[in-house]
Amino acid sequence: MHYAILCYDSEEVICAWSKEKDAQVMHDLGAVQDRLVAERKMGPVARLMPTTAAVSLRKGRDTLVLDGPFAETKEQLLGFYTVECDTLDEAIEAAKDLAAASGSAGCFEIRPMMIFIPDRRTP
Amino acid sequence: MIDPDWTGTAITAARPQAVAALLRYFRSLDLAEDAFQDAALRALKTWPVKGPPRDPTAWLIMVGRNAALDYVRRHSKQTELPPEETLSDLDDAEADLVERLDTGDYRDDVLRLLFVCSHPDLPPVHQVTLALRIVCGLSVPQIARAFFTGEKAMEQRITRAKARIAQSDVPYGVPSPAERADRVYAVATMIYLVFNEGYTGNAKETEARAPLCDEAIRLARLLMRLFPAEPEIMGLTALLLLQNSRAAARFDGNGEAVLLDQQDRSLWDQRAIAEGIALIDKAIRHRQPGAFQVQAAIAAIHARAATPDDTDWAQIERLYRTLEQMQPSPVVTLNRAVALAKIDGSQAALDLIAPLAEALDGYYYYHGAVGMFSRQMGDVGAAREAFIRAIACSKTLSEAAHIRRQLDQLAAEFPADRNFSRDV
Repeated sequence: MHYAILCYDSEEVICAWSKEKDAQVMHDLGAVQDRLVAERKMGPVARLMPTTAAVSLRKGRDTLVLDGPFAETKEQLLGFYTVECDTLDEAIEAAKDLAAASGSAGCFEIRPMMIFIPDRRTP
Repeated sequence: MIDPDWTGTAITAARPQAVAALLRYFRSLDLAEDAFQDAALRALKTWPVKGPPRDPTAWLIMVGRNAALDYVRRHSKQTELPPEETLSDLDDAEADLVERLDTGDYRDDVLRLLFVCSHPDLPPVHQVTLALRIVCGLSVPQIARAFFTGEKAMEQRITRAKARIAQSDVPYGVPSPAERADRVYAVATMIYLVFNEGYTGNAKETEARAPLCDEAIRLARLLMRLFPAEPEIMGLTALLLLQNSRAAARFDGNGEAVLLDQQDRSLWDQRAIAEGIALIDKAIRHRQPGAFQVQAAIAAIHARAATPDDTDWAQIERLYRTLEQMQPSPVVTLNRAVALAKIDGSQAALDLIAPLAEALDGYYYYHGAVGMFSRQMGDVGAAREAFIRAIACSKTLSEAAHIRRQLDQLAAEFPADRNFSRDV
């Protein structure tokens, strides 16, 4: 099964990190990712820009492009990992290791994926 | 288990909102600041043990407010303090406060706090100082270091600025939409000032002032979160990110300034560039152009060019033309001339800036540009005269050194010109 590990945290707090702190967290997360890659579990990884850089497309008869998502909640989707694991427990273990390395509060959502197309671009 | 850093970062991130709410309660900058300080100290003690609260900002406001109320009571009536338990039993109170403090409240509170720091009665440098102290929470020694003044002098400057604010009318009511828009632009301008304070100066100064650029970007992000559909605020944030993306390439190993087209572009911060471009692309969709957006668009064109030769000068020239209409200024025209020279040649540029001679007579960059254009036209005498004028107008050693190199190159290019026998 492929799982998406969706990372939620307060954008405000992440944006208050110093460059050094940010680099340190990325380094620590990289170490866990390297291990998951070696175990052939790791798929594509994405870190998202702040929601302030995003637009939303409202679907309907006429599509509408809006700013946002306007964050009504305290935490935003900041990025995600994809892992391929035999069991949910295994995916939870991977998420736990990443959570420990991130050293932050916030929350990971572990969501099984229905469709997974790693790379459709031709090289 | 939370990272020990987490508490500190969460407090820093909550600071603008918390101080802003406390300012609304107490209507005194000093009391709001002290109250926040008190709450922050308690958070540092409590959070690592009990775990972080659900809403750190609401917790800090609540605890800060109670602490300051204590203080006010103690000093007004000398009555007995309420027992500590009423303070520490915050769970329900916190939830209640979160209910009541909706986004709209937060937004006008933070805007008010930022606006107080951008007060037109304050000279620009005081605005910057006050914002760094009160909104960003930089310590007095940190700010003093950035401005190359003593701590005592800086402390006095901040005290004076606060006294000035206390005397003026701070608007505590809910602003009308028009007032809100005015405040947003006053604040945006102040944030740009903070950035410029950090960005100007020589290599050594810039190193000490770099934190100001980071703080300005944080403030711009804060304003953008409050007003996420304002294209000019997107433009401001994009502009700061794009300008700051070049920080590592602006000075060489000897601390000499490196001009844009000579910078090592591999040193540019691609992450900042990507976000800056995303923001300006998004802003332009609103079709409400403004000066920050235009400047950001110009910076984005430079950022997109892999080499100086890839720069879309025609587009830059058009954007400066737009900026000239929005904010007519001889300096903007001078910048347009640099772009025009790349498209239509140096003579066109010289013709464009000839009428500015009087207005920009004391301006280093004007004479430097005239020298450069004249040299490209082969007018050695005019080039030399302009470069000498530029040296006279230079404000830093590195500016003067840069022009001296131009003169040396001129002498090497035109060795026959006997005027060069004289020392410069």
